[in-house]
Amino acid sequence: MRSNPLSTGRRLLWLSLGLLLSALLCLPFADLAVYPSEPWQELGRIALGLVTPWWDDPRILASALGQTVAFALLAVVISVPAGLLLAMFWHWRPLRMLAASLRAVHEIFWGLLFMQLWGLSATTGLLAILIPYTGVFAKVFAEIFARQSPAPAQTLAGTTGRLSRYAYTLIPQALAEISHYVRYRFECALRSSAILGFIGLPTLGFHLETAFKQGDYSNAAALLWLFFLLIASIRFWLRPRLIPLYVLLALLLLPDTPPVPQGLMWQFISQDIWPRALTDGDIVAAAAWYAGVFSREAWPALIETLLLTQLALVLTGMIALLVYPLASRALVGRGRIAGRVLLLVMRSTPEMIFAFILLLLFGPSGLPAVLALALHNGGLIAFLLAGHSEQQAQRVDDPGGVNRYLYLHTPRLYPGFLAFLFYRWEVILRESAIMGILGIATLGFYIDSAFEEIRYDKAFFLILVTAALNIMVDSVSRRLRRYSGAENSGGLG
Amino acid sequence: MSTVQSTEPLFQLQQQSLKKGRTEVLSHISLTLYRGEKVALIGPSGAGKSSLLEWLYAQHSGQIALCPQSSGLVDILSAYQNIYMGGLERHSTLYNLSNLIYPRQADRQAITTLAAELGIADQLWKSVDQLSGGQRQRVAIGRALFRRQPVFFGDEPVSALDPQQAENILQLLIRRHETLLVSLHNRRLALDHFDRVIALRQGVISYDGPAAALTGAALDALYAQ
Repeated sequence: MRSNPLSTGRRLLWLSLGLLLSALLCLPFADLAVYPSEPWQELGRIALGLVTPWWDDPRILASALGQTVAFALLAVVISVPAGLLLAMFWHWRPLRMLAASLRAVHEIFWGLLFMQLWGLSATTGLLAILIPYTGVFAKVFAEIFARQSPAPAQTLAGTTGRLSRYAYTLIPQALAEISHYVRYRFECALRSSAILGFIGLPTLGFHLETAFKQGDYSNAAALLWLFFLLIASIRFWLRPRLIPLYVLLALLLLPDTPPVPQGLMWQFISQDIWPRALTDGDIVAAAAWYAGVFSREAWPALIETLLLTQLALVLTGMIALLVYPLASRALVGRGRIAGRVLLLVMRSTPEMIFAFILLLLFGPSGLPAVLALALHNGGLIAFLLAGHSEQQAQRVDDPGGVNRYLYLHTPRLYPGFLAFLFYRWEVILRESAIMGILGIATLGFYIDSAFEEIRYDKAFFLILVTAALNIMVDSVSRRLRRYSGAENSGGLG
Repeated sequence: MSTVQSTEPLFQLQQQSLKKGRTEVLSHISLTLYRGEKVALIGPSGAGKSSLLEWLYAQHSGQIALCPQSSGLVDILSAYQNIYMGGLERHSTLYNLSNLIYPRQADRQAITTLAAELGIADQLWKSVDQLSGGQRQRVAIGRALFRRQPVFFGDEPVSALDPQQAENILQLLIRRHETLLVSLHNRRLALDHFDRVIALRQGVISYDGPAAALTGAALDALYAQ
């Protein structure tokens, strides 16, 4: 950057063109085949279902909804203090690495791992969400703390204990920002909790998958609408005062956890997840085994995951830029209501659910995954952009209509937009790996298959590969954010 | 006011310079502060007073109660908690955490007395973001006093107070601390209450000597931009 006299606009332009080019290069290699089917008829039935939501037994519906909220709430309630604690010791490098590896593994993979020990139980669901969330909270809280003024802490005695110091200075200083972020993350936790149903936990995703598989689109629509309502109404029912009551209810709602047989956990950690050769002490054979799995499964899956990620990332950006004006009062006036509903649906629908529907339409290729990721993430970024767009100062002589969009709002929002996009990169990568459990040939597919074949050694190795890939992309994205000059456009993870 | 000067140097700089980034903010500073000295730091803004205070503070932070220009208050906490903070290191973490939820009688009493001396006893339970500039400044001083240290460093600690209040509170600070180094904008306060004056100009010491030797005119010259 030092020897680079480019103007800011130029730099952003080259960055964007580079991004676009990367996607174009990926295009010929990714598997985007459309399988001949009769999508229109199916789509019609889905559309009909969406406007005729119906559910026979409200008790099952209520319990699925309750469990979804219960898992999300308890996981957040536990992971926030855990994340705070980690963030207080952020100067300690091993801790930063621990947090990075916790969040590099997707909720679903944690879930698949814990399922082998605790089955489809409360423990599995809770740990699956709270472990990666702890890693995310730790990182974001540490970033928030770093932005606070150091002056209050300077006036304290240097010997003040770390916990006391944080409790009196940085935590109250950052409280508004922290609680804003926790609210946003709670919404994410509801989605995580819902999609854990896809691996069998009794949350909304479980019933949704069943309904879709049986072609019961009215049932599926009832679940989806309910889920949108739940998310849209968070600010009405999530009151700090009521949280203790909710926690109590959540504890009552969770399914039981069966006791783990003696020694099973230890056997799982010390034996099951390692190849036989390694536990026998045959390093050479173990290395050969790892190399074999890597070249046969991990490598092709990794390439496919990266290809889909890159395509989804660029499509996400395009969708976000095209859609955000629809929800900004400054650009479309009162018409923004429609845009807001559209963005609510786009960002509240978990990628998995979009992908599931699109798979029914296009058949099993990368296309549904790319579209699903771009729709969800594009909606999310557009939502943030629309919010920022409304806060822009306006002059009476500003141009209107498309000119205002092209010349004022989009250029002003662009650095922040790129920062959001690079933040989502890591998220999109995690998600595109996960798409594998729906049958698309990304890393998740091989991990899911390995679990199904009870090849824990292989599953564990593939999860490690996925985590390593994630950590790498995270570090590249951090560098690009710094380069785009939008590092501090908001702590949105 | 009595001077209990000793020959024990607390701070010492010899021909030392301080850089911030590429610019030198303090050049060739030679300075010794002894225990018991009451020193006023004066000079036009931008002369390096705050930098010198921070620099010396870092040498001996263990014994110094600091009152920085930015006051260092935590907005959402009450004035009480902001003052209590000065004594965090005297208690266990558990004690400190419980004080956030329910302050103990002994602490309430000590801090209420202190607040009364500062004239903010009736504002003690308000969040400090609801207080006026002068009240906020007195809360910051309250925290420094509650540190109960022998040395006080203040960066324009009474700048937002009316003359009478400034006078009283400066006297309170002087009574409670053995050694003081305070940057001041009000020259009369500097002459009336301190035994030694150090003047800075563009990062260089332009005067260092007894306050009594300074006439009003000489002082004016030191403040001039």
